[in-house]
Amino acid sequence: MGNFSVKVEKFWEIFYEYRGYTRVVTGLKNTLIIAVLGLLIGIVIGTLIATVRVTPKYKTLPKVLNGICSFYVGLFRGTPVVVQLLVTYYVMLPLMGINIPPLNVCVLVFGLNSGAYVSEIMRGGIMSVDPGQLEAGRAVGLSFPVTMLKIVVPQAVKNILPTLGNEFITLIKETSVVSFVGAADLYVAFNYFGTNSYEFMVPYLVMALIYIVLVMLIALGVRLMERSLRKSDRS
Amino acid sequence: MIEVKHLVKSYGKLRVLDDISLTINQGERVAIIGPSGSGKSTFLRCLNCMEDPTSGEIIFKGVNIADMHVDINIHRRHIGMVFQQFNLFNNKTVIENIMLAPVYVGNQARRKAIRHNLYVRLANIFSKNKKPFLKVESKADIKNTAKENAHTLLKRIGLDEKADVYPSTLSGGQKQRIAIVRSLAMNPDVMLFDEPTSALDPEMVGEVLNVIKELADDGMTMVIVTHEMAFAREVATRLLFLDGGHVLEDTDPKEFFDHPKTDRAKEFLSKVL
Repeated sequence: MGNFSVKVEKFWEIFYEYRGYTRVVTGLKNTLIIAVLGLLIGIVIGTLIATVRVTPKYKTLPKVLNGICSFYVGLFRGTPVVVQLLVTYYVMLPLMGINIPPLNVCVLVFGLNSGAYVSEIMRGGIMSVDPGQLEAGRAVGLSFPVTMLKIVVPQAVKNILPTLGNEFITLIKETSVVSFVGAADLYVAFNYFGTNSYEFMVPYLVMALIYIVLVMLIALGVRLMERSLRKSDRS
Repeated sequence: MIEVKHLVKSYGKLRVLDDISLTINQGERVAIIGPSGSGKSTFLRCLNCMEDPTSGEIIFKGVNIADMHVDINIHRRHIGMVFQQFNLFNNKTVIENIMLAPVYVGNQARRKAIRHNLYVRLANIFSKNKKPFLKVESKADIKNTAKENAHTLLKRIGLDEKADVYPSTLSGGQKQRIAIVRSLAMNPDVMLFDEPTSALDPEMVGEVLNVIKELADDGMTMVIVTHEMAFAREVATRLLFLDGGHVLEDTDPKEFFDHPKTDRAKEFLSKVL
């Protein structure tokens, strides 16, 4: 540990004097973009899938949709996100002749991936709401989708908020694999520090610290949101 | 008003309702009593198709609402329903609970009128006899009307000061009174009560029954599944005794309580009275 101060000095040199912090800022930005947009896409897809899966199934259309959704969830939960990234970026998109930047591909894949997980979280949340709520909505003449949207889903979201926060945290950490397809996230930024100074210890420790701080901030945010949503409960 | 024709409801092999046919007329107050498992709640829930009948017809104002091709939501707006467990919307305040359906229906009608006017405008370009436009109410107007109506209803049951609280802070009796008012906000033609007092503390039963009684005095058509025999006797104009999915007796309440005809009814009454 005697040369620890030397290592810190080297790190600082690249970080400050060689303007390495711009890479860190870009990396942080990309990590957040992928995680936040991914979660948003995931919530939209997840809600749609969950709604399909809880819809009564005596007609053909819901049955078919339900089959498609089951397949989707099975596919995305059954493969690692790295594999999905690689397959999408190096196989699917070239085959379809589409050329889009790696960052957009990452947002898309992480969105689709988290959609599969959020759908299961959401389904659990919807089933945790008293069935009487749905009945009451239907009894005053609201349709199934409207009752779902205005009554059941808001209550479900309140119940699943902690789990959804968990999903967001997982997503933030999983983004560290996006360098596989050439997107510049936090890992890429700090790896640059290491390869340019042949010193990996300090950059990786700082990277870990940044992830921890990010996750703690998210946890705090989720707790605050929960508190504001609890206003309809008995205080 | 509601005509039930050969109504059958089965869950798997279990036949809960077995070929029931009867007519409920305007202004009638029908009490349904019977032992538990007799199918009385299922019968009530079939009347607005909360449970889809296995076979048979429910004719409400000339339309068979048991038909899967009918848009049930439009007809349910004219059939109020009150549940044993109140089922107030937990994520809405009391006033929002009452306003939700009227505002939604109002906005739906508004969108329809706007679409219609667009079509008329197009048609007027080409035809000589110009058609008139439909009146389009503003969203704020719809909301204000619903709000006023909700406050009037809340005043009627003496709970206007609770307008802006969430249901979780209310007592069972208050919740049930608000649930009744929520149904009334849609101006239903008939009210269905599914054991409205069974989940209440004994001292709150009275306040809910009073609200129902007031409704009865206003001439509302209603169907009530209840275990309150005294209430059934006092308020109902007609009494159905169900057991094993059959209507065993369909008579005047006083007649039923004083001179039950069937043995099953005699046995039932000897236990509950």
